[in-house]
Amino acid sequence: MSLTALSAFDIAQKVRAGELKASQVTEAALNQIRKVDGISGSLNEYKLTDEEEQKVHAFIQVTEDMAMAQSKKVDEAIAKGKDPGLLAGVPISIKDIFCVEGSTTSAASKILANFKAPYTATSVQKLIDAGGVIMGKVNLDEFTFGSSTESSAFQPATNNPWNTEYVPGGSSGGSTASVAAEETALSLGTDTGGSIRQPAAFCGVVGLKPTYGRVSRLGLIAFSSSLDCPGPISRDVRDAALMLQVMAGQDPKDSTSSARPVGNYLQSLEQDVKGLRIGLSPDYEAVYYPDLESGELLREPIQKEVRDAVLSAADVLAKAGAEIVENIPMPNTRYGIPVYFVVSRVEAASNLHRFDGVKYGYRTKTEVQDLNELYRRTRAEGFGSEPKLRILMGMYLSAADYASDYYQRALKVRAMIRHDFEHAFDPDGSYRLDALLTPTTAATAFKRKSVFGDSLLMQYSDQMTVACNHAGVPAVTIPAGLDESGLPIGIQLIGNDYREDLILRISHTYEQNTQNAAWRSVRPQVLRGEVKA
Amino acid sequence: MTVKRITPALFEKLVRLAALELTNEETKYLFEEMNHQLASVESLNQIPIPDDIQPSLHGVEPEGAGPRPDHWQPFPDPERIVALAPESEDGMIAVPDVRGAK
Repeated sequence: MSLTALSAFDIAQKVRAGELKASQVTEAALNQIRKVDGISGSLNEYKLTDEEEQKVHAFIQVTEDMAMAQSKKVDEAIAKGKDPGLLAGVPISIKDIFCVEGSTTSAASKILANFKAPYTATSVQKLIDAGGVIMGKVNLDEFTFGSSTESSAFQPATNNPWNTEYVPGGSSGGSTASVAAEETALSLGTDTGGSIRQPAAFCGVVGLKPTYGRVSRLGLIAFSSSLDCPGPISRDVRDAALMLQVMAGQDPKDSTSSARPVGNYLQSLEQDVKGLRIGLSPDYEAVYYPDLESGELLREPIQKEVRDAVLSAADVLAKAGAEIVENIPMPNTRYGIPVYFVVSRVEAASNLHRFDGVKYGYRTKTEVQDLNELYRRTRAEGFGSEPKLRILMGMYLSAADYASDYYQRALKVRAMIRHDFEHAFDPDGSYRLDALLTPTTAATAFKRKSVFGDSLLMQYSDQMTVACNHAGVPAVTIPAGLDESGLPIGIQLIGNDYREDLILRISHTYEQNTQNAAWRSVRPQVLRGEVKA
Repeated sequence: MTVKRITPALFEKLVRLAALELTNEETKYLFEEMNHQLASVESLNQIPIPDDIQPSLHGVEPEGAGPRPDHWQPFPDPERIVALAPESEDGMIAVPDVRGAK
């Protein structure tokens, strides 16, 4: 097995045992990036050759010097007989929404293209302190606003490593693509409405949104502060558990991070699923979206192959000893997107007011008459369409004249969504679930440029994931097959507050019990070395 | 039921309040997209909400320590912060005149 195909767990174990040097692993990752990534996303004009069209383009910035210095430090620690940590020598990519001192932190926006972070995000620092090696910053939708990574100001946008004519999903598309293409073993993403899980499902990797507050948000450029969750992306469940183990915990600098003790996620994988109650809900079998004229909610069933994958996973888990409980009512899941349109836009508009060309980032080069004109010009030139749309929508929905109709109402429906989960997981209730098993997405990845520009349709691709963000509960997506086009299918396990251990344990059992499935031997297009005519 | 629409006049007001400037092409696109999104938001009005439901600002109640005491602490290297500003003078961040240059 090549070094780049090794799991993070195996790399760290070999490096800690002195069987492998961290610098060797870093070199192998850099070579893989050179081989499959192609030109990095930037603000510059570009023209892609046919060959470049079939590259991944996950990275905005490869931090080669930083990576070599970090891996050298790990090797020196080993030589001195010290333990460099749980992630010794593991190559990691960072979604470019996290501040990392010494690197540019752009949020994939022109307005921050020249911003050098003066400090490092807590979650990133924990990865470094555990011996992780930061390979660079990867692309995303501008300010995380999107579900395909196409809205990045840094072009070319990332392609799906399974078929480069398709999007990787988003907003953590650079993260999930870099892991799927074996450029890094792990990536740090963020999930506000599904931005870890949807692209992880599209790219055939594991993605975990922890409970809100389980991982510090300090140093994450905020989108929607009551929904944002940093989380791990990996190729297998054990690696997601390992990465969460390192990042979870209270941060005195994030007042919403939980003081609750962190569980032993790796140890929890050793247990089986006998007796665990896993629910299936009919409310995750269709997507509900509004008719633009009447506003009525229309229903469209999810892709059959995705539904079959969920039912097949339920069978696998039942055979492993879990009890499958059908017909769990989650009636408010269908309102997740309209609530998200309100809550996330109101919070985004508030968070984006700080970008004004005064304290940091881009400032207009045109001559202005006064400070107000400086603000307007800077924001007009610095923000792309999607941030502008979110600012305007957020201001409208929170305006005094409309706030009770929209914002207050949305917060009440958010509470109803939360009650659905409380009801399903209540240990004294009717269902007493340990986890809910659902599709991660209604369909597999879509083609590049097929949805981009239609902000409504793009948002509805998060319908299976967004309810967890409203409720704050943890959820993980794991690969569960390929559709007839050869695109990955993801299934989702949702847990009760702070029960990441349980959803990882169930996911691990599924993974172990499907090791011999034929689809697991199929490799992504970019790793097969195929170039399409 | 007819879906509520944002009017062009209200849209223009929002653009001013948001400290933005839009090209004609952006105005056309963003105006339409806002109204499409509003159609989705309006679907919330069809939901019967029980009287005892309280608005939820966070799904899971944050268990953190809450805000830190409001103690002033000097940043060890303020030059690094000022250096991030697009324009500075004598260690201060510089901006154009607030009311308009003469």
